[in-house]
Amino acid sequence: MSEAELVEGAGAFPQDVAEFEAVTGPPRSLWSDAWRELRANRLFVASATFILVFFIMALFPTLFTDADPRHCLLSRSALPPDSIAWFGYDLQGCDYLARTVHGARVSILIGLSVTTFAVLIALALGSAAGFYGGLVDTLVSRATDVMFAIPTLLGGIVILSVLESRGLKEVSLVLIVVGWPTMVRLMRSSVISTREADYIDAARTLGATDWRIITRHILPNSIAPVIVYATITIGVIISAEAALSFLGIGLQRPAISWGLMINTAQTRFHTSPHLLYFPGAFLSVTVFSFILMGDALRDALDPKLK
Amino acid sequence: MTTMDAQATVGGRPVDPTAPLLAVDDLHVEFRTADGIVQAVNGVSYTLREGETLAILGESGSGKSVSAHALMGIIDSPPGFITHGTAKFRGVNLFDLPEDERRRIRGSRMAMVFQDALTALNPVFTVGWQISEMFRQHEGMSKSKARERSIGLMERVGIPSARERVDSYPHEFSGGMRQRVMIAMALALDPDILIADEPTTALDVTVQAQIMRLLADLQQETGMGMILITHDLGVIAEVADNVAVMYAGRIVESGTLRDVFTKPAHPYTLGLMHSIPRADQKGERLEPIIGSPPDLLHIPSGCSFHPRCPYARQPECSTRVPDAHVVTGGRTSACHFWQEVQNG
Amino acid sequence: MGRYALRRLFHFIPVFFFATFLVYALVFAMPGDPIRALAGEKPVNAATLEAMRERFNLNDPLLIQYVKYIKGVFTGDLGTNFAQRPVWDILSQRIPTTVRLAIVAFSYEAILGVLAGVLAGLKRKGFMDMLVAVSTVSIISIPIFVLAYLAQYALGVQLGWFAVSYNANEWTSLILPALVLGSTSLAYIARLTRTSLAETLRADYVRTATAKGLSRRRVVGIHALRNSMIPVVTFLAVDIGSLMGGAIITEGVFNVPGIGREVFAAIKSQEGTVVVGIVVFLVVIFMVSNLIVDFLYAALDPRIRYE
Repeated sequence: MSEAELVEGAGAFPQDVAEFEAVTGPPRSLWSDAWRELRANRLFVASATFILVFFIMALFPTLFTDADPRHCLLSRSALPPDSIAWFGYDLQGCDYLARTVHGARVSILIGLSVTTFAVLIALALGSAAGFYGGLVDTLVSRATDVMFAIPTLLGGIVILSVLESRGLKEVSLVLIVVGWPTMVRLMRSSVISTREADYIDAARTLGATDWRIITRHILPNSIAPVIVYATITIGVIISAEAALSFLGIGLQRPAISWGLMINTAQTRFHTSPHLLYFPGAFLSVTVFSFILMGDALRDALDPKLK
Repeated sequence: MTTMDAQATVGGRPVDPTAPLLAVDDLHVEFRTADGIVQAVNGVSYTLREGETLAILGESGSGKSVSAHALMGIIDSPPGFITHGTAKFRGVNLFDLPEDERRRIRGSRMAMVFQDALTALNPVFTVGWQISEMFRQHEGMSKSKARERSIGLMERVGIPSARERVDSYPHEFSGGMRQRVMIAMALALDPDILIADEPTTALDVTVQAQIMRLLADLQQETGMGMILITHDLGVIAEVADNVAVMYAGRIVESGTLRDVFTKPAHPYTLGLMHSIPRADQKGERLEPIIGSPPDLLHIPSGCSFHPRCPYARQPECSTRVPDAHVVTGGRTSACHFWQEVQNG
Repeated sequence: MGRYALRRLFHFIPVFFFATFLVYALVFAMPGDPIRALAGEKPVNAATLEAMRERFNLNDPLLIQYVKYIKGVFTGDLGTNFAQRPVWDILSQRIPTTVRLAIVAFSYEAILGVLAGVLAGLKRKGFMDMLVAVSTVSIISIPIFVLAYLAQYALGVQLGWFAVSYNANEWTSLILPALVLGSTSLAYIARLTRTSLAETLRADYVRTATAKGLSRRRVVGIHALRNSMIPVVTFLAVDIGSLMGGAIITEGVFNVPGIGREVFAAIKSQEGTVVVGIVVFLVVIFMVSNLIVDFLYAALDPRIRYE
């Protein structure tokens, strides 16, 4: 080792970050980490598969059944499952498999639309309240407080009892009205915790406008809990619509809804349990899948669990 | 239990009167995680004598806290495991003792002060209750007597109006006062060893100085051995007798405070000294050590510092783990080329 | 503590009035004739309809209507059904039954839920943990009406363990409906306890307690539990309020003559005014119990008291 090399080496700490990263590897983002973790999580894959199946069922019911759910023969009333009608027949004599498959559409539609709207409202109101604070926050918070004072099911029942017609639109609207407060509150608290971060101050000192800060910095970092909750909410809304239809205060015939199917057959369960099992099972599995997926998302997106 | 009894046994076993207060030898701690095995502590050895303060210096991830937790026996196992080494408290190996003996030692013979008193103190119990708990649980003292002792302790650590504040909750105190409460709690049963894990990191600079002064004074009074864990060079300057610099789970340099600070014998220590901004360097560039501490799942081969080291030379530095070369008596450096480092 | 209580009260009062006004407006301020809408397809003669409109002061401006209505609520006047029978009459007979049902359901869900949650939270990824995680999600996913009929069929008809529907003379016939009613809440309580305890066990002060040389039993049973139970207790307290309202489906299925079944029946027979009256009553109960919970929370967590 020559003198020259010795002297050269001393005091010159490596200045090249690229050279250093060659050893450690590039930095990873939360989203790519989360996606990798999710792909490996069997529960996530299973629930996502089920949800996909239900989506397809809602979009293309004919893939699962050729029977017409509205073609009913009273002579076949409440017959149990056989080789032609795998799910049997309901009280009116309609093919139960067909009815159950077609029932998926209503559930997925309501679940998705209500949740989407609730999320949009939450994005707007929640981030405004969380980011700006002051009067905006007070107004939004008081509004959510008032809404929270009314239990969801009761609120839904009251509103629906005054409506003349109870179609898809009306039920969805009612569910949006009783569902937005939780989402807004969640978004607001998420934004508040993100807002305190140093990188927000940094962006501000660099001259970023409020709009840019909200869209480029705050939203991407505060949206994770909302995504998790939205997924679970889809399941909750599907369950809520079924409960309302079951009570008779939600969708009405001739709409096909799992809750309604269970309502119509109430009195005959002891003798024809298949009338309860099939829509009940479909309801449970659908809700179960959404909740499970939400749980998996939460575990993947929560940096604290890393 | 009187101090005389306490000094005769540790964990029910007779002490070795010739042995130092604490002797850690070749300690290895690993964490078995889903991503692999994390080698948190890789062969750490040091000695602590009565009345002495040993400062363990290192960045986050250097293993300094984990080694202390291993001594206290508070590592979650699983996933943490002590895979090798001994920790002899007056000659008695702590790792050989059954859990209930270790529990008896914890808090009463060997105590720990943690970094952030706000989270380290239980928020739903009063400060007095938490301090008294030491007396009530370890010594079976009555509530009223324990309370009196707690008030006394609070006064001793410099908390004003102790009698009024003994029934207050942790969040009602300022940062510095809270830390004093933690110190009072740790000192309650007159431990032989006090481990302070980053005791001032969460505090303002002026309060830092007060707390360090308090610790130094208390040590003078009680003659206990103190292990001070920190990443802050400035904090240890007044208090430490000896220093052990840790990197990636190993001690890279050790010796007396003066020796290590004035003539570092390891590139990492040298880098640390150079990276402190000093008033007489005004106008010059700051010299950080480029890069970050290694991912403990993938510690670099050979000397773990070699990717960031200006003295690194192939093939030795990336293939052979340096031993703790003896620089002078009691002074070690884990660098293949420590002489060059010392000489500039 | 007093200042905190006052502040909660100041917060409660406007929320109370706004919320009841909202419910009132949603029903009586909708376009069209609310009385007609509340009657649904029920055949009611015009004279009765007019009398109802008078009764509910629908000819007054909205705000006055509401004031009169809320005054009525405070004095126990919740309106009448279409046969002029006071809603409060109907309601007051049903309250004791629902309360009994709620108490049984609450005891079962609180004891079992907390127990399961603690066992699960103590060892993350342990057997109890996995069991609780899977079974609670399953229970929550099954809509309560499906659960009710399933339980009735499986445990009542098939196995014959419990009475299939309520019998006023046999208190044991309350057990099955109480089990069903409490099931969803039990699942939530177990999950909440489990998460809360698991999180608390990772807290710094738990590590400090261990470092103090305290026994594991004490560290978990006193230091950890005292903290982790705060959200659970507050949830339990809120749940009592919602048990009263949530019994609608359960009481309907098991034919328990309580408040819920009254709502259930009123919906079926298109007695909209009864539905509204009972709902307003339940909303008031819910809000008052939430207020009590706010005070309870301050009693449990000293950090809140001094905010």
